[in-house]
Amino acid sequence: MKSMKRVKQLNCLGIESTAHTFGASIVIDNGEICSDVREIYIPHRGRGIHPSEAAQHHNSKAQSVILKALKGAGMNVNDIDIIAFSCGPGLGPCLRVGATVARALATYLNKPLVPINHALAHIEIGILTTNVEDPLVVLVSGGHTAISAFGGNRWRIYGETEDITLGNLFDMFARATELATPGGPEVEKMAAKGCKLIDLPYTVKGNDVAYSGLLSAALREYQKGTPLEDLCFSLQEIAFSMMVEATERSLAHTEKKELLLTGGVAANKKFQLMLESISGLQNAEFHVVDAKYTGDSGVQIAWNGILAFQNGITVKIEDSIVKPRWRLDQVDISWRS
Amino acid sequence: MKIILYKRGAEADLYLDEWYDRKVIIKMRVPKSYRHPKLDLKLRTSRTLHEAEILHEAKKTSVPTPTIYFVDEKEAKLVIEYIEGIRIKEHFEKLNHIDLNRICRDIGMKIGLLHKSGLIHGDLTTSNMILTREQKIFLIDFGLSFHSQDNEDRGVDIHLMKRALDSTHYESANLCMKSIINGYAKIMKRDLMRKILDRVKEIEDRGRYSGERHT
Repeated sequence: MKSMKRVKQLNCLGIESTAHTFGASIVIDNGEICSDVREIYIPHRGRGIHPSEAAQHHNSKAQSVILKALKGAGMNVNDIDIIAFSCGPGLGPCLRVGATVARALATYLNKPLVPINHALAHIEIGILTTNVEDPLVVLVSGGHTAISAFGGNRWRIYGETEDITLGNLFDMFARATELATPGGPEVEKMAAKGCKLIDLPYTVKGNDVAYSGLLSAALREYQKGTPLEDLCFSLQEIAFSMMVEATERSLAHTEKKELLLTGGVAANKKFQLMLESISGLQNAEFHVVDAKYTGDSGVQIAWNGILAFQNGITVKIEDSIVKPRWRLDQVDISWRS
Repeated sequence: MKIILYKRGAEADLYLDEWYDRKVIIKMRVPKSYRHPKLDLKLRTSRTLHEAEILHEAKKTSVPTPTIYFVDEKEAKLVIEYIEGIRIKEHFEKLNHIDLNRICRDIGMKIGLLHKSGLIHGDLTTSNMILTREQKIFLIDFGLSFHSQDNEDRGVDIHLMKRALDSTHYESANLCMKSIINGYAKIMKRDLMRKILDRVKEIEDRGRYSGERHT
């Protein structure tokens, strides 16, 4: 007798806690995003993220964020089939908060625990929400500045920063010049009022970039009294041009037909326009991930939890240590070809 | 002969042409509208001049490079010898172990010859190497090259080569890198080479998330 058994849908709770954001979200295996709750730690003005303060913040918010995520999805805790957590890369104290909560839930509910690479999470949620197939990815944020494409069974890195990230560059510059943080949007606003290109170091090495020399030089100019508007304009112009050049070279080398921009810095309009321009030159379609899904969130972790779980990836509680320096190109992936 | 667009690269358009009966490539570093005109002009002209200069100097270290026929600084244009052959990138996966080993050793020796003479290529990838029918390897695309005797710069050069293999030829990357280092060791003195390879490790560790640290 034929049974009409419907395969039960899978609900995944994703927990994100790599840096500023403690986030939780529930995503179904068909790609439906049911909820997305975030609490963001804000450092003291003029300071960077303090890992243990951020961890304390996450600790104090974890319970309410997860309850809201369940409520937003109209589910209770027993509807959850998979618990996914951000396992790295990121700040150790922050990662451990998310991991601890995830382990506790997985043990209590007796559900599988799935460790997620945060960089991969950015890429996969970008792919889900833009419907691209085989893109060259530009991932730019406070934690990442990398150009990557899939090959073999891994995301391969074609170019990346050799020191600080684009997000770091803008944050550190903003803090030193008393702009608000996150620095990216502030620098962008200020840059719109500037027009003079100041001579600052432009460092491209193959497809790699390096930003620390640019940061030091920009701060020296600031000390000399160069107008902040022009300095922001130049900082953006040079920093983006470097990354765009490396991206164009990677596009030519890989011959990918799609370019996907994601990560927190993806919101910058100027950067989008520049990348769109080279996509045209290299016959690639340009896609930028919606701002809702470029920042750190539980959504990206939950969706990756589904993908990973369906491909047999789970971790035992005793093996679920966080990996603060887990590189994207060390993750084996069986769901792409 | 009509001028034809041979290849649109990331940095330049390449045209196939004739130059006093010689088959040549015209390399045009075209303006990029995405960047500031001042920056654009600076990058295009400085790279054109660097490329011409170091292509020539590389030849003196007995690394095969195309001959320069004409330099137009203002237009950021080079007229260079057309090298008949195949890009190593396309050929790589089709090679058997013995040939791959031989070619990679040869690449390593060429990098060594450049470095020993104080030249840094700056963009070592298999896209920037041409293999001729006589099995000679030509290095091309010297736009990011510069003069340096610094182990940091040599280290970055090797790191970029390694990166190019890891990303594009991941199946044979480790083996190939070994052969490249073997070739490099034939040219560079042992203690100097060790210093450079240590620097490569340092460069990788300095980057983002350089793998798990076991403490």
